[in-house]
Amino acid sequence: MSARDAILAEIRRNRPSGDFPLPELPLFAPLVGDDLVAEFGERLKRMGGRVAEPQAGDIFAGVRERLDGAKVIASAVPELTGNRDLRSIRYPQEVEDVDVAVVRAVFGIAETGSVLFTEDQLIVNAVAYLAQHLVVLLDPADILPNVQAAYRRREFGHSAYAVLHTGPSATADIEGVLIHGAQGVRSLTVVMQPKTA
Amino acid sequence: MSVEDLNPREREGVIHPEVRARDDESERAQDGTRLQHAEAASKPIRAPQVREPQPRGAKIRGNRPIDQAEAAERFLAAPLHQAAHDERLWDLRKKRDTSAHGIPEWEELRELASQIKTHTLSHLDQYLEQFEAAAKANGVHVHWAKDGADHNRIVLEILKSHGAKTLVKSKSMLTEECGFRHHMDANGIEVIETDLGERIQQLDNEEPSHVVAPAVHKTRMDVAEVFAKTLGTDPDNDDAHYLAESQRETTRPYILQADAGMTGCNFAIAETGSVVTCTNEGNADLSGNVPPLQIHSIGIEKIIPKVEHLGVFIRLLSRSALGSPITQYTSHFRAPRKGTEMHMVLVDNGRSERLGLEEFWTSLKCIRCGACMNTCPVYRRSGGLSYGATYSGPIGLIIDPTFNKRKYSTLPFSSTMNGSCTNVCPVKINIHEQIFAWRKVLVEEHQIPALKQGMMKAAGAVLSRPAAYRAAIGAADSALKVLPRFAVYNPLNTWGKKREMPEAPRQTFHAWYKQNRMKDTGR
Repeated sequence: MSARDAILAEIRRNRPSGDFPLPELPLFAPLVGDDLVAEFGERLKRMGGRVAEPQAGDIFAGVRERLDGAKVIASAVPELTGNRDLRSIRYPQEVEDVDVAVVRAVFGIAETGSVLFTEDQLIVNAVAYLAQHLVVLLDPADILPNVQAAYRRREFGHSAYAVLHTGPSATADIEGVLIHGAQGVRSLTVVMQPKTA
Repeated sequence: MSVEDLNPREREGVIHPEVRARDDESERAQDGTRLQHAEAASKPIRAPQVREPQPRGAKIRGNRPIDQAEAAERFLAAPLHQAAHDERLWDLRKKRDTSAHGIPEWEELRELASQIKTHTLSHLDQYLEQFEAAAKANGVHVHWAKDGADHNRIVLEILKSHGAKTLVKSKSMLTEECGFRHHMDANGIEVIETDLGERIQQLDNEEPSHVVAPAVHKTRMDVAEVFAKTLGTDPDNDDAHYLAESQRETTRPYILQADAGMTGCNFAIAETGSVVTCTNEGNADLSGNVPPLQIHSIGIEKIIPKVEHLGVFIRLLSRSALGSPITQYTSHFRAPRKGTEMHMVLVDNGRSERLGLEEFWTSLKCIRCGACMNTCPVYRRSGGLSYGATYSGPIGLIIDPTFNKRKYSTLPFSSTMNGSCTNVCPVKINIHEQIFAWRKVLVEEHQIPALKQGMMKAAGAVLSRPAAYRAAIGAADSALKVLPRFAVYNPLNTWGKKREMPEAPRQTFHAWYKQNRMKDTGR
């Protein structure tokens, strides 16, 4: 008998007796107020993320210093032209020297300050981790109130890869000291910017 | 009135003032306020700058019963380690409480999580078949492993067929269970752990001591010593930022050059065939997205039916584990990247058998948050390694004996039976009741040494019958006095050390309830 069949047979033999129906999930009231942009920003900051305000004439005003100081910028958004073309990357290792990656989020979650990406936004998934810093464009109209609402979205069933980022890479494995930039990005900054049509 | 008003010390919540650090190196938010997300401590905790050798874990002697008490005694004999450990884990427990209390539907979420898990486990064959079909349709190679050895053999074959020699991986308790690293090592495969805590443990040739904070038993000085020896860092520099950065810089080349990447699995979704991982470092995403070959090891009990159920579990997991509303990264791997291969290995390793244990099968609901460890007075005072098993703390007491009844026969006795583990469990496993049930099973099967059996008879006769138990408590005014002093302060009972048992309230809760509530309902 194959391991598969042996495992399934053992499970059937040992099925717990009793009736255990799958519960219906109630719709929980969001824990956030009506101003989703403010709620999102507040929670993102508590998770170590940053919020940068766009200015008239310069969407990236809040991260201008970071961009100016970067040697290699990989942009996955039309709002900014970088100097590393993600669409011509053959192997993920090629983005290891990226200083700043700029990507657009599918949506944000106010309850946690999270943003969602799939392979469509990242183009090269690894850039969201190998880059030193991540700049995220988020349309204020794309903020969902809570985690429950997020998991009703289709991306989780249709993307090869879907990931919620909540602030930067972090660790406190040494005596509880919080450190940003454990293995992934050292900072994550969200810029509220509507999508261009 | 808040808890702080009632008890001003609660504001500080310090158990061990000697480990409160004056300066604070934790990251700050954009507005300058102190951050405490991920597994960060809510206040600076630091073992004093006095070198104290790290107490090591239980001595493993083949199949002989683990002497947890002996290892716990050595942990207690290292007061700086013990104090920092106790303080840090209690801090995580309090962060968990604050986080849980912030959600009005918390208890409802726990009940839902429990029901979803019991439903799935009682239909596990169907959900596994659904998962397999979905994963295959996504272009994923699906494998089934009866036990740990089977898992290791399957992964080795996958690696060999690709000529892979190096593998980077994220933390996985399942692979610890399988002895994966040791097996790969013996077969010429270089395995690199990418989680900081897990890497520290790998370099120190130790098992993880905690399911979410693998090196929580080590001070920064211990880490500095390990890194100085293995990574060539400055032995006199124990700055946490320096140490973490050293690990990042030395791990990155492995990530870039690895032939394969591996992750564990927090949740496997039957309807989509996806594997979900929750990390703070983003190392599962690096392991899954950089190397050309990716492997996900999945314990078969990790299945949940639908994506929407993540809306329950993701809200519970990190809040229970760390008091953080979500981990920094929640990653959903469904299909391979273009031009790469994705393998999923479904591992049984005793789980299907456990399903048939009437009193113990619900331990399979566990989502490995570690909340039961953080709250456990025995665990906090003895360290995870004292259990000498893959799983430590309260959940370990009820899982480990299913792997080896003789070797782990004494573990269910390392509990005060205070029930706190059960109260914090996000999936409502009746942990302390299962601990007690295991004691009975192990005594009946003569797995327990004679001395402990004597203690058991005294306590067991009373504790096993609720009416007699209540009568005994009422008569003695204290549950503790039911047990003879030698049983409470016996050298085998390490949790009785260093603390006198509290005076019990004059009226027991049960008596109060009977007097005040039961009469209202006319019973």
